[in-house]
Amino acid sequence: MSQQGPVGLNPKRRDFLVKMAQGAALAGTGGLLWDYILHSEARAAPFALRPPGALAEEDFNAACIKCGQCVIDCPPDILKLQPAGGSLPIGTPYFEPRTGACIMCPDIPCMKACPTGALSPNLKKIEDARMGLAVIDMENCLSYKGLRCEICHRECPIKGKAITLETHPRQLSKHAMFIPLVHSDACTGCGICEKACPTEIAAIRILPHKLVQGKIGEHYRLGWTFDTEITQDFKPQHGVPAAPAAPDAIAPKTAPGMDFLNDGGL
Amino acid sequence: MSELGEFHNRADALATIEKLHHLSLSARVWSWRYLILRRMVQLGILLLFFGTAHWAWEYPEKIPLLAGNLSASELLGLIPMTDPFAALQIFLTGHVLQPESLMGVAVLMGFYLLVSGRVFCAWVCPVNMVTDLAGWLRNRIGITPIVHVPRTLRYFILVATLVLTVITGMAAFEWVSPIGMMHREIIFGLGMGFTALIAIFLFDLLILKNGWCGHLCPLGAFWSVVGKVGLVRVRFNRDTCTHCGECARVCPEPQVLNLKRLDQVGMVYSGECSNCGRCTALCPEGSLRFDLRALTGKHRSGA
Repeated sequence: MSQQGPVGLNPKRRDFLVKMAQGAALAGTGGLLWDYILHSEARAAPFALRPPGALAEEDFNAACIKCGQCVIDCPPDILKLQPAGGSLPIGTPYFEPRTGACIMCPDIPCMKACPTGALSPNLKKIEDARMGLAVIDMENCLSYKGLRCEICHRECPIKGKAITLETHPRQLSKHAMFIPLVHSDACTGCGICEKACPTEIAAIRILPHKLVQGKIGEHYRLGWTFDTEITQDFKPQHGVPAAPAAPDAIAPKTAPGMDFLNDGGL
Repeated sequence: MSELGEFHNRADALATIEKLHHLSLSARVWSWRYLILRRMVQLGILLLFFGTAHWAWEYPEKIPLLAGNLSASELLGLIPMTDPFAALQIFLTGHVLQPESLMGVAVLMGFYLLVSGRVFCAWVCPVNMVTDLAGWLRNRIGITPIVHVPRTLRYFILVATLVLTVITGMAAFEWVSPIGMMHREIIFGLGMGFTALIAIFLFDLLILKNGWCGHLCPLGAFWSVVGKVGLVRVRFNRDTCTHCGECARVCPEPQVLNLKRLDQVGMVYSGECSNCGRCTALCPEGSLRFDLRALTGKHRSGA
């Protein structure tokens, strides 16, 4: 170490640079390891069912202080904090509907208990909560086997909206099938259906939206759901006129002869 | 001893140590008073949290007594408390905190500015019981040190926590904090968090003395920074001190009891002092005692 360097090389500076490099290496390796642990902790996140009002998973994981006040204020006592070594992000609240479903308290005490806003106070009505989405296993649902079960439909707190029954008539000697259908625009993911399901392993289950919901994409134009200059041509002319205002002046409203039959032209 | 020789001689120091070794049992128990008090406070706080979570303790009616844990809690449904370090991390993730947690931060910051930051470490933090046990056992067995780690490392870890929080968008320490794990798992149900505590225990016992609390813990480092301006401090009486050095031997942060420096400033100003009271209760000459720091006057800039 005491070897004389080339002329102009300052051993003190070298020492300083080496120290800096050592410090940076320590910080770098330590930081990478720490970073890896952080990400492996949050990795299982998509499977967690959060209390009502929870922010999107990534934001929730950032904002939750892991204090458990929601757990304490939950009247049916269904919320749990994930201990270390579990499959969900450590210290964050979750519930398992099969053993404890959310009873949808109208005053949302868990959300009110949250000090950081990880359970967002923007949730005003419990019916607007989206904790997850009920998904039916058609192969094991009793209703799909032609049995009259419909327990999920009857237990659903958003009755007639989140789960509806669809009747499928069959042959004369069999009664119709009454098939439950889940509607994502009303289902809060409370899990009462999953808890009530009589099969050995629930045939209707709550899953995070991210895992079950697709997205149709912007390029599909569902013409019958809105008015355009094209689709209005196919609509009956009576009743409310078509919505778009600007193109009206330019484009002709109906192609000639398009409503010939509807207009009673024959 | 040369600079100190004029006031103190070796015979005085030996006499002090002699006194310590021949304490009566009652005097010995009396010298543990802060230790006993600290354990009562630590366990009492745990019990309040536990009772509220498990036995639905409430006061007044229908209001949870002390809901939450050390990260954030609410006392009597009225007083919010939020770990300022956790809140700082969450703030750095970019999340806008609710006013309740900001009030909670203000409550705790106010409290710890009065009693000094690391009072949290010695009087509240449950991990302290684990590391104190390891430290006591280490002294008993007489483990030879194998590594030297500078105590300033914790400040680098503190900075690393904040940097990593900004980079990853996750509260970096809260996700790995053994303090949080221990407290949560005592209150909300057991998991694998105890393995982290076993690791800390073994690390402190066999590898590095006061390793976790005194060298690594970024929360302790945070409170050390806050503690620089704490009001309750240990005052040093240079006239009665015989420089026996027993105080520094029991101190988990012995660098704060640098007697040469204390001779000049008369008070432990370092934020790393956790006001655990080991030294004050031990000193047979009564040279170290808790006092309030002067907010004005010549010692003000003594930190």
